[in-house]
Amino acid sequence: MTSASVLKEGSRHILLAAGGVVMILPFAWMIATSLEAGGFRNYADAWREVPFGTYFMNTFIVTGLTVAGVVVTSALAAYAFATMEFRGKSALFLLFLSTMMVPQPVYLAPSYVILARLGWVDTFMALIVPWTANVFSIFLLRQHFRTIPRSLYEAAKLDGCSDFMYLWRIVLPLSRSVLVTVILFDVISSWNSFMWPLVVTNSENMRVLQVGLSYFNQEQASNYPILMAASTFCTLPLLLLFVLAQRQIVSSYSRSGLKD
Amino acid sequence: MSFRGVTKVFPRGIRALADFCLDIADGEFLVIVGPSGCGKSTTLRMLAGIEEPTSGRVFIGDTDVTGLDPGDRDVAMVFQNYALYPHMTVFDNMAFALRMRGESRAEIDRRVSEAAGILGMEGLLGRRPRDLSGGERQRVAVGRAIVRKPAAFLFDEPLSNLDAKLRLQMRSELARLHARLGATMIYVTHDQAEAMTLGDRIVVLRDGVVQQVAEPLALYERPVNAFVAGFIGTPAMNMFRVRCRSGAIEPLEAAADLGRADLPDGEYIMGVRPEDVSVGGAGIPASVELVETLGNEKIIYLATPGGLQFVARCSPSFGARQGDAVTVGLPAGKAHFFDQSGERIARDA
Repeated sequence: MTSASVLKEGSRHILLAAGGVVMILPFAWMIATSLEAGGFRNYADAWREVPFGTYFMNTFIVTGLTVAGVVVTSALAAYAFATMEFRGKSALFLLFLSTMMVPQPVYLAPSYVILARLGWVDTFMALIVPWTANVFSIFLLRQHFRTIPRSLYEAAKLDGCSDFMYLWRIVLPLSRSVLVTVILFDVISSWNSFMWPLVVTNSENMRVLQVGLSYFNQEQASNYPILMAASTFCTLPLLLLFVLAQRQIVSSYSRSGLKD
Repeated sequence: MSFRGVTKVFPRGIRALADFCLDIADGEFLVIVGPSGCGKSTTLRMLAGIEEPTSGRVFIGDTDVTGLDPGDRDVAMVFQNYALYPHMTVFDNMAFALRMRGESRAEIDRRVSEAAGILGMEGLLGRRPRDLSGGERQRVAVGRAIVRKPAAFLFDEPLSNLDAKLRLQMRSELARLHARLGATMIYVTHDQAEAMTLGDRIVVLRDGVVQQVAEPLALYERPVNAFVAGFIGTPAMNMFRVRCRSGAIEPLEAAADLGRADLPDGEYIMGVRPEDVSVGGAGIPASVELVETLGNEKIIYLATPGGLQFVARCSPSFGARQGDAVTVGLPAGKAHFFDQSGERIARDA
């Protein structure tokens, strides 16, 4: 190795290490603070203080059903956009995509009005149903479905396969990696969603984790150890998910950025 | 199976097939051949139901299947790129159609192993397509068709992705398969050698229009027009524009005496197969431009001082080399004559 390449390699590592430290510092501080003055008892105290058990259960239900809904609607819509021929397909798809440019505050109020008229305010329906269609997921799946050779569709048709069976038996099994991407994205965004659940729910027993944590923050404004203990166990499931699916998540992010 | 006046026009106005009429007999091996873009694959795809005719009807047996779904037509197709399901094993690929039809597990097992036996691929059933060679994939694609016991097998250039040796091997396997199953097979190719060796009958297509439907030898010996004459046979038939004056044939664009033919005075296209060109003996002086030695024969490329060029097929013992001066005989008796539009001129005398 020449001295120039040692220097280059070395400075790259120093830079990456510095980045790593910056990323890990808040976590380290959070965990360190949570263990101050009372140690692990802070965790038990935080858990007892407000019904975190309910918040966790609500969040699991909302995340699980939202993601299931997204997968179903996205797969069906993406299949139509990728495989079927109908009038106005491109225009409709562009219209779909353009909705991604609308920021949440713009549709928050009208959406609330719709939910209120449906009588869904402060229900699971409000937390789940509006999020069971996701244009970005449709886009990701469509891009992948389009790479599946047309001849597979034709072969399946000759084999007596319906469109739905083709989607179920051929397309989805061939799209496992993209489905994982869609699921991961939606788990993360659903788990972290705050503004929407804050607006559409009122009662404490409908609170999801992020909303509960925020109320808890206001109540415990100065008690940092107990606050950080709560923050730690609220982040833990996503942290675990990241540890388990690290490779998938990283490749998901790069894939979603690179696919045509 | 039959096509009745089938026309296919694609959305951008491209006409793939025009007023196509054809009856295919039960158990026949029919080959549709033509240059790329001539409409041969479209024809096959309309029979499969993947493409819908713009007008005309398609019949399988006595049933009008024109609007029928591909799955309801009882035909199986082997695709050029095989179209195997990548995530399924060979067994599952072959069993898929049977499962879609709700066959029992025992019946599926029986039919898949029977087809695997016919194709000698019992050992491949647990593998996935990506673990197979091109030839093996081809075999699986055929196997997938066989298990269905369809009314007809459709082949869309199935051998064109294989190397030359494998192509010959699979070609003979397909011929044997046809003999064994006795099923109707419709085979699309641009390779006239495949067409000649496999077909009971051959359809020659050009720009969506049928040029000739005939048995291989008839096609070779009595092509109905200059296109068919030039398309069938390797090397291609030698063609010259000629003039006939009081029975004497002479080329338009060069000076040479091409013998005599019993034709009215006028201009024609004269075609001579390379094997009918005699080198040595009496004839036109020419020089050897290139000699291709193929082992069992030699292909000689010749040119006359007047600028006439042609190809001759000779025995391997033929001794001429590049640059040699030879004489060439073009027996008008064995020649084919076409009128200026390319249509064959009947000369049964």
